[in-house]
Amino acid sequence: MADEELFTKEELESSIEEKIYLASQWQLIWWRFRRHKLAIASGIILIIIYTCAIFCEFLAPYDPNKYDIRYTYAPPQRIRIFRDGKLVRPYVLGYKIEFDPVTLRRIYTPDPNQVYPVYFFVKGDSYKLWGRWEKDVHLIGVKEGTMFLLGTDRMGRDMLSRILYGARISTSIGLIGVFLSFILGLIIGGFSGYYGGTFDNFTQRAIEFIRSIPTIPLWMALSAALPPHWPPVRVYFGITIILSLIGWTWLARVVRSRFLSLREEDFVMAARLAGASEFRIIMRHMVPSFMSYIIASLTLSIPGMILGETSLSFLGLGLRPPTISWGVLLQEAQNVRTVALSPWLLLPGVFIIITVLCFNFLGDGLRDAADPYAR
Amino acid sequence: MLQYILKRILYMVPTLVLISVVSFIIIQLPPGDFLTSYIAQLSQTGETVDEATIAALKKRYGLDQPYYIQYFMWVKGMFQGDFGQSFEWNRPVSQLIWERLGLTVAVSIFTMLFSWALSFPIGMYSATHQYSIGDYFATFIGYIGLATPNFMIALILMWIAYSVFGASVGGLFSPQYVEAPWSWGKFLDLLNHLWIPAIVIGMGGTAGLIRTLRANLLDELHKPYVVTARAKGVPERRLLWRYPLRMAIIPWISTVGWSLPGIVSGETIVAVVLSLPTTGPLLLRALQSQDMYLAGSFIMFLSFLTVIGTLVSDILLGWVDPRIRYE
Repeated sequence: MADEELFTKEELESSIEEKIYLASQWQLIWWRFRRHKLAIASGIILIIIYTCAIFCEFLAPYDPNKYDIRYTYAPPQRIRIFRDGKLVRPYVLGYKIEFDPVTLRRIYTPDPNQVYPVYFFVKGDSYKLWGRWEKDVHLIGVKEGTMFLLGTDRMGRDMLSRILYGARISTSIGLIGVFLSFILGLIIGGFSGYYGGTFDNFTQRAIEFIRSIPTIPLWMALSAALPPHWPPVRVYFGITIILSLIGWTWLARVVRSRFLSLREEDFVMAARLAGASEFRIIMRHMVPSFMSYIIASLTLSIPGMILGETSLSFLGLGLRPPTISWGVLLQEAQNVRTVALSPWLLLPGVFIIITVLCFNFLGDGLRDAADPYAR
Repeated sequence: MLQYILKRILYMVPTLVLISVVSFIIIQLPPGDFLTSYIAQLSQTGETVDEATIAALKKRYGLDQPYYIQYFMWVKGMFQGDFGQSFEWNRPVSQLIWERLGLTVAVSIFTMLFSWALSFPIGMYSATHQYSIGDYFATFIGYIGLATPNFMIALILMWIAYSVFGASVGGLFSPQYVEAPWSWGKFLDLLNHLWIPAIVIGMGGTAGLIRTLRANLLDELHKPYVVTARAKGVPERRLLWRYPLRMAIIPWISTVGWSLPGIVSGETIVAVVLSLPTTGPLLLRALQSQDMYLAGSFIMFLSFLTVIGTLVSDILLGWVDPRIRYE
């Protein structure tokens, strides 16, 4: 604030203006984007989610496939910090298990006599970090007893660990799918926008055709055709390819319309007169000027991919257990009675909603910032 | 106008042909032809298949012919009302699909009307009362609606209905009407059940429509002609209805047309969760058991319906906005 008094108003304005004139395109985009508080916050949340996905082995308190029939459908355990009115090391309370005499269902109640303190960097189930390094240290955990912060599923597997592992599959499928559609969309949309004519006409019809087919039935049919004996990794890539086979149309449209409008610009003409090759004109002059739009559209099309994977896996046509994705986890919640008794089974859905919301907000912010020269 | 309609219908023909090709490819996709899986299924249940039946079936579907001839035979059969055989149900496909498709159409149209009816006033309110509490609320609900998978909304709704009211909300009919022939009572019962799937399926689409209408109307409301009209003393209500709304509604109508594939898509998955007697659950079963003639026919007709629906919305658009007809 004190700085303002050192300059007169005019001086300040002219220095800001000068800064704007000197700033690069990306600098301007960043300044504009920075004003979208919601988009910034969403970006930060997404970074956290992806970091969790990358380090899920370390962050998850348990092995996601470790089952324990003593704790089926156990409710979430709360981390408590007060004990007898005093602040103590965070701890969880163990379960007191009773059986419902009629339904024989386990009823869990927190037992104030079983106190399990929570520690950082606890040795627990061993895992291979990124499939490489054998480790057994987890970020948080208990040395004895159990810590199911988000409850357990029908086999007594820890939901938190499963959600973290699921994040790796579900969030990466969006990125890879969008990357594939991006390549398809850039090539097809680029050609059709730059050269126009018959090819353009043909691709436009093709895009209209693909967009007129309801996606989920088509996805269902294509993924049902994936051979059931395929290993999980191949199914994963199969699903990604199926999702991007339809996803590219939207990007191709964006790329095409950008090419069409840029083709007539003076700087393209200048480059052509200066003898630049077609490839150089496209890569050096045209692509950088619409890259920001592409990034914004890419961000906005990731949610569709994530929702697509989730829907397919939920129906049992996409990824299948033992692969863990948010859609696979939600399959457990198909039965209303089960959900009514153990609502924490719906938690993977909450993570889907948060991720998709963040991508939408981030994409909206990027789209608004994409053209810093407008107005 | 007539010329425009004819042109649109003519444009539709290649699309329909392409859809049939895609459906045929889908039928052929699973490894091995359907006859092998049929025989495998029969021998699993202990029945034996005599050579003559196999030969007859082979001939009927031209399985010994190249693919393109098989395709033409399949198309020819369709014109005669023969869509192939469902092996899981052991009945002709044509017997299985019509009632389900009919109910899908009913649910889709109802959802569409519902999202129109809901998005129009809300979008208008949001634009005229920009940054009010109601506007923020609508935007918030809209974003949530866009971000939540359809089946999650269905699950949550069922969960609430189950734990609060102790009732299940699945299905399209009350038990006494499920097997009953069509009657006025059954129709009313259907209407009574339709609104839950309509809300669930329409949620995402409605959110999109609200945002489109809001954005377009806001653009119009800040134009000079509106200011002029207001300065001249045109009453607010008349001012809004007379000009800006008519301008803003055009992009909205074209969005409505594009929302149909989304509705049919969402209907498929929501129907599975809510166990509606529409195409969704049967399509899923057919795909799981690789009953491909049934699955292929479903996908073809669902796509046909979408294309026809889009055509209707295009015609509507041409009627509302004459400029489009002469493009």
